[in-house]
Amino acid sequence: MAQAHTAHDGSHGSYSAYLIGFVLAVILTVASFAAVMTHALSPGMALAALTVLAVVQIIVHLVFFLHLNTSSEQSWNLMCFIFAAATVVVIIGGTLFIMHDTAINMMSR
Amino acid sequence: MAHEATMSPLAHADDHGGEHHHESPNVFGFWLYLMTDCVLFGSIFAAFAVLRNQYAGGPSGKELFDLTNVGIETAILLFSSITYGFASLNALAKNKTMVLVWLAITFVLGASFVGLELKEFSSMIAEGNGPDRSAFLSAFFTLVGTHGLHVTCGLIWMAVLMVQMMGPQDLSERMMNKLACLSLFWHFLDIVWICVFSFVYLAGVM
Repeated sequence: MAQAHTAHDGSHGSYSAYLIGFVLAVILTVASFAAVMTHALSPGMALAALTVLAVVQIIVHLVFFLHLNTSSEQSWNLMCFIFAAATVVVIIGGTLFIMHDTAINMMSR
Repeated sequence: MAHEATMSPLAHADDHGGEHHHESPNVFGFWLYLMTDCVLFGSIFAAFAVLRNQYAGGPSGKELFDLTNVGIETAILLFSSITYGFASLNALAKNKTMVLVWLAITFVLGASFVGLELKEFSSMIAEGNGPDRSAFLSAFFTLVGTHGLHVTCGLIWMAVLMVQMMGPQDLSERMMNKLACLSLFWHFLDIVWICVFSFVYLAGVM
């Protein structure tokens, strides 16, 4: 049963793809927790590390679990994802920028 | 999209089965819904990012969060992602019994995640640190609660599919599309959780 499906290309999911994704996700999750719980990094560095690890883990999940890839069959899915991701970046980045600026000008911090 | 009508087992296998079916307009439509959900979560994360230091004299994340509990929740969700993956692969192989077994395991994992989260929420509220305590806690309960609500909806959906699968629908083309949509939903929630444990819990205790 496993053989029958590992024969398919990775983009359509196979036991090996799920296991590779799972192992990578575990490593990245443990790294995130370690970055904070060992107190080895300064808060700024730890936040930067968390951000990088989260972005990498999101990509791992998208590729290995949601089977998102650059094939032509997936191009609309990918396009929509990129649009949504850009919207989210604008919402979060824009909100933080505006609210920080307001706080500075109102001297509320 | 042309593959949609292929129903014979041979053509079906050639089509790589139902799990991905990004050819199917149903699954693509569901993907679009997920992208709007992405924007919903983005907005709630933006609100949380702005309010995360507004304690109003109440407790901070450092005093409230139990990282062991968060670690267990994270492990549970991660395991449930791979067990759902095994259910999908068995659905492709038309092995209905194993699909039901893996879905049941996924369901138990998801339910224990929701249980742990409810336990965390109720102990926080019992200590007077409910969503009414501070802007930080309002944002925290909104964000983590919305994710928990999504997981709960996913569990109900999963239970419905398991019951339907035991009936006449079996592993029909239509059922395969439903399983593919729930697969996207379930894995998507795990992605949202990555952001929750990184930016709410881990960043909150620093």
